[in-house]
Amino acid sequence: MTVDQWIALVAGIVGGALRVGAPFLFVSLGECLTEKSGRINLGLEGVLVLSAMASFGGAYYFDSPWAGVLVGAAAGAALALLHGLLCSLARVNDVATGIALMLFGTGLAFYLGKPLIQPQAPQIPAIPLGFWSDNPVVRSALQLNALVPIGLLIAVFLYWGFARTRAGLLVRMAGDSADATRALGYSVSAIRIAATTAGGAIAGLGGASLTLFYPGS
Amino acid sequence: MPTALKEIAYPVFAIAAALLLFGLLGALAGVDPLDVWTTLFTGAFGSWFSWQNTLQRAAPLMLTALCVAIPARAGLIIIGGEGAVVLGGLACAALPYVVPLPGNAIGTVIVCIAAAVAGGLWIVLAGWLRQFRGINETISSLLLAYIAIGLFKHLVEGPLRDPASLNKPATYSLPEGLLIGGIGGSDIHWGLAIGVVACVGMGLWLRMTTSGFAVRVVGGNPRTAQLVGLPATRLILAACGVGGACAGVAGAVEVAAVHTNANASLIAGYGYAGILVSFIARHNPMAIVPVAILFGGFGAAGSLLQRRLGLPDASVLVLQGIAFVLILASEGLRMVDWGRVWSFARPGRGAPIPALPRQEKEQQP
Repeated sequence: MTVDQWIALVAGIVGGALRVGAPFLFVSLGECLTEKSGRINLGLEGVLVLSAMASFGGAYYFDSPWAGVLVGAAAGAALALLHGLLCSLARVNDVATGIALMLFGTGLAFYLGKPLIQPQAPQIPAIPLGFWSDNPVVRSALQLNALVPIGLLIAVFLYWGFARTRAGLLVRMAGDSADATRALGYSVSAIRIAATTAGGAIAGLGGASLTLFYPGS
Repeated sequence: MPTALKEIAYPVFAIAAALLLFGLLGALAGVDPLDVWTTLFTGAFGSWFSWQNTLQRAAPLMLTALCVAIPARAGLIIIGGEGAVVLGGLACAALPYVVPLPGNAIGTVIVCIAAAVAGGLWIVLAGWLRQFRGINETISSLLLAYIAIGLFKHLVEGPLRDPASLNKPATYSLPEGLLIGGIGGSDIHWGLAIGVVACVGMGLWLRMTTSGFAVRVVGGNPRTAQLVGLPATRLILAACGVGGACAGVAGAVEVAAVHTNANASLIAGYGYAGILVSFIARHNPMAIVPVAILFGGFGAAGSLLQRRLGLPDASVLVLQGIAFVLILASEGLRMVDWGRVWSFARPGRGAPIPALPRQEKEQQP
């Protein structure tokens, strides 16, 4: 293989990994935040599908991809908020609730999304990472979803937030010791609901990256 | 309220509320809610045909729900039943490749045992990882299910593939004599009987025997179990093994009674649906039977909703989702002492109840 072909191959692998990995990135960031607060949200699968539908719908009706992203994040936050509230009731198990919401979110997405099968929604602009190359293969392989850098920023922000901010410390405390949290006068439920909701919003961005970015279109 | 009545009243109210919500959703889509409700009932329980459909779907659910319920009684939340189902089906279909089996009921029992062993060992692995390696069993069992599905696909599409299955890779069909037939000439196969017997048997085991009681002690209060010197690890692994064996048999039943060979249709989410069934039955094996039938009914009604009323085929997913969310949420209301709420609601009677601090479950370090 020539050098150009090698570059194209590597670019294809890197571009493909960034493309396929974007939803994983957001959902794992959302789950990370949720689990740090001491809950498991298995419903993020439902959040992903619902917010994928919602962001497509949002982008279509408001005719703006970024409005779609916001709608997707809001839909994800809403479903996760439901999870957070339900799990705050006594004796409600978070694993089972998560699976029930997975069914509910997926079902709702297909139910409400039926009229959206035909139309085309405006897409998120691509970042041309392959600008340095003359090779059209490399250029098209490195069309980067504009949400990916946002996701990377969120990852760094969460790392910094958990380590350095009061809010991050509270979330970790709620996850590590509910008793310590109560002793300091904070509401464990409120912290967990907030963390779950924020996690759902982050996972909702993953849904947006599923439907609002078709590489090469 | 008497306790037994209370046990039933909450889920019944939750289901009624779910049906009400679902009717409203149908009304939003321009369908008369009354039509929605009658269609749901007709599709699930309205005729002999729909009963057969419902019970066919309920049979594997009972067995996969046991895979959650029994480890849960021992204190483990196992959500990887799908892996045991898949491996059970695979073992059932693969055994005739290696051993010549008698082509009668004995052969059927042998393939079912193979399936039970495969499923049981898979879930025991999750329990072992927790007891000896400190790995969270919820996550590990879920991930093990993905490994099992990968293994299943590899073997079915590779070494065990019947060359005649072109576009849908499958193993060779089981010999005629090994298949599980219908009960009394109906479409309901004997898997239903296996499921009901397993649920009742497990219920009796947990309630009536010393070892069953020991399992419940280990799950209910690990410290007490430690103090009285119960062999907690052995009991936990046994509970995992029994639960996994049930899910493995579910896979065998699906293969021997429905598909006749192992193919990708086996991965139909029965393992995950079983988790919900078990939680709604509050991990009580006896209660699993009616809940599984209800769930099977929802599934059976789905296609009728789509055909007759033109609702999207995902409607039944929405209904299931709403129903399960509400039933699980009603668990939270169970702790409310309604008598005191009632006396508090009337002015001049009763006193505010001091809020008891809720006991949080100990977090995993």
